[in-house]
Amino acid sequence: MKLSRFNLASLTLGLAFLYLPIVILVIYSFNASRLVTVWGGWSLNWYRELLRDQAMLDAAWMSFRVAATSASAAAVLGTLAAVALSRGGHFKGRTLFSGMLYAPLVMPEVITGLSLLLLFVAINAERGFWTVTIAHTTLTMCFVTVVVQSRLHALDRSIEEAAMDLGCAPVEAFLRATLPLIWPSIAAGWMLAFALSLDDLVIASFTTGPGSATLPIRIYSEVRLGVKPEINAICTLIIAVVTVVIIIASAASKLSKTQAESAAPM
Amino acid sequence: MTGADTSAGAGALLLRIDAVEKRFGGFTAVDKLSLDIKAGEFFALLGPSGCGKTTLLRMLAGFEAPDAGRILLDGEDIAAVLPHQRPVNMMFQNYALFPHLSVANNIAFGLRREGLPRKEIKARVAEMVALVRLEGLEKRKPDQLSGGQQQRVALARALARRPRLLLLDEPMAALDKKLRESTQLELMALQKRLGTSFVIVTHDQQEAMTVADRIGVMNAGRLEQVATPRRLYEAPATRWVAEFVGDVNMLEGRVERRDGGRLIVATTAAGEVTVAAPSQPSAADEICIAIRPEKIRLSLRGPVDSAAQAGALNRLNGTVTDIGYLGGSTSYKVKLDSGALLTATMANIAKLDVDAYHVGQHVVAWFSPDDCVVLER
Repeated sequence: MKLSRFNLASLTLGLAFLYLPIVILVIYSFNASRLVTVWGGWSLNWYRELLRDQAMLDAAWMSFRVAATSASAAAVLGTLAAVALSRGGHFKGRTLFSGMLYAPLVMPEVITGLSLLLLFVAINAERGFWTVTIAHTTLTMCFVTVVVQSRLHALDRSIEEAAMDLGCAPVEAFLRATLPLIWPSIAAGWMLAFALSLDDLVIASFTTGPGSATLPIRIYSEVRLGVKPEINAICTLIIAVVTVVIIIASAASKLSKTQAESAAPM
Repeated sequence: MTGADTSAGAGALLLRIDAVEKRFGGFTAVDKLSLDIKAGEFFALLGPSGCGKTTLLRMLAGFEAPDAGRILLDGEDIAAVLPHQRPVNMMFQNYALFPHLSVANNIAFGLRREGLPRKEIKARVAEMVALVRLEGLEKRKPDQLSGGQQQRVALARALARRPRLLLLDEPMAALDKKLRESTQLELMALQKRLGTSFVIVTHDQQEAMTVADRIGVMNAGRLEQVATPRRLYEAPATRWVAEFVGDVNMLEGRVERRDGGRLIVATTAAGEVTVAAPSQPSAADEICIAIRPEKIRLSLRGPVDSAAQAGALNRLNGTVTDIGYLGGSTSYKVKLDSGALLTATMANIAKLDVDAYHVGQHVVAWFSPDDCVVLER
């Protein structure tokens, strides 16, 4: 289909509004000049600089570990919650549980962060890697549940019943018949959780402790002292990682959808 | 086969459903239902949607637990036994094939759970594939098969474990008419060969009549009648069954008098009608008379009375108002002089039907008292 002139114009404007700042950031990360706003020709200088910045690399490694761990925990917990909600029948408090699940999605991060901080202080937990990971898990498991639940909803219940009919105990039926059909959406949920955790600044800054700054925290504190071109470089790398993760997540989600459709031939 | 309630190839009692009840909230899906199914029998549960037939089937499979009553398989109460521990398998309405597994692995799924040796699984899968004629498609995934092929995979998968009882939930609902008819015949042949008891749930009465030894007609959670297909059609037990199974003309009336083996009934729609009478209804009883459309003949002047039949046939005068040509037969709507409508179906036995009537023609509709069924109102 050919776009009309008007649609083309609004599409261009809309995308420009969304992506122009990012494009500028990416271009300036290859700037040879030390001044952020002055173009001095192409160079990979700031990427080399970045490799020598141990504090920044530590923060990146910290962020990666937090994201991977919390995403994995969120994938397991979120899937279990989704299964309970869509397969558990109408147990008592189901509506409440299902409503509460969406609360963290709309809750201001400042409140989530502050409440977690209060909790960690109250139980006297040493703040660092684990507290950030737990905080991110609470935030991201809801996203996993939403993604997995919608897939379970579309999935024909009788496939699981067929497995039971053919000799599987209920748990085995889930593992053998349902899990192979929903894993792409669990993977999509994992990657969404990973990306969310990697991006988060507010909750992490509330729940982290000394010596365990995540990448966004590190960047934010550096920028307060003035934007270095090196920051542009690390941001470009983050954008690349998140883009790849999101593309894989949506591909997995699409795969899961086509599988679910072929599971219900009617 | 005229009336006795027998079933072909029936052996000992296999399944006894004893006063089983199932409620969903305030709705009673299955209402104190009792039924016996014999070993080797092909039994059909027939009824309109929402009558509880699928709920009953799901209780036999173990997906629903009855609220009351017992389900005895070989004398053992299985009402509380989980689905995977029952010697019963089910073929699902939408087949419920595992989309991530090949045809062979779908069929082998239940055998693997039994822990059979690899060699035996392979042999059993090959046997099943041959049984449902799927040779050459073993490696395909379900979404690479046609609807008819998927249906056969589902059947093979359900039969692979050699269940004592096979449950089929609307197994042919998704097939087109031609394929459905040939599949029905195949299913019957298969069932006779294996000797496994089949219980099929269907809302398609033609399907139930074709395949089943006995049919249980369900309505609102209860069995209205359990009988052979012929008996169900020719001798329905209730007015509801008569109207649900096949087409029927229903004449309401009051018994006037008894005349030997005959009842003379004053009907509201057709005046005095003579029917062959069972013993129960006596004079002044309010009854209704059911006559199947193909039992009613039409002619211009009515039949020529033979000595034996003199005065024995019912004759009703009317006008043809509507003609439905169906190929093998033609359905005529006849408006009686009283205003009531009667349907008569006549087989088109000759290529050029010399007896074809036209709309507006005066005809005599006549039928034998023996072809009437007397039912309670």
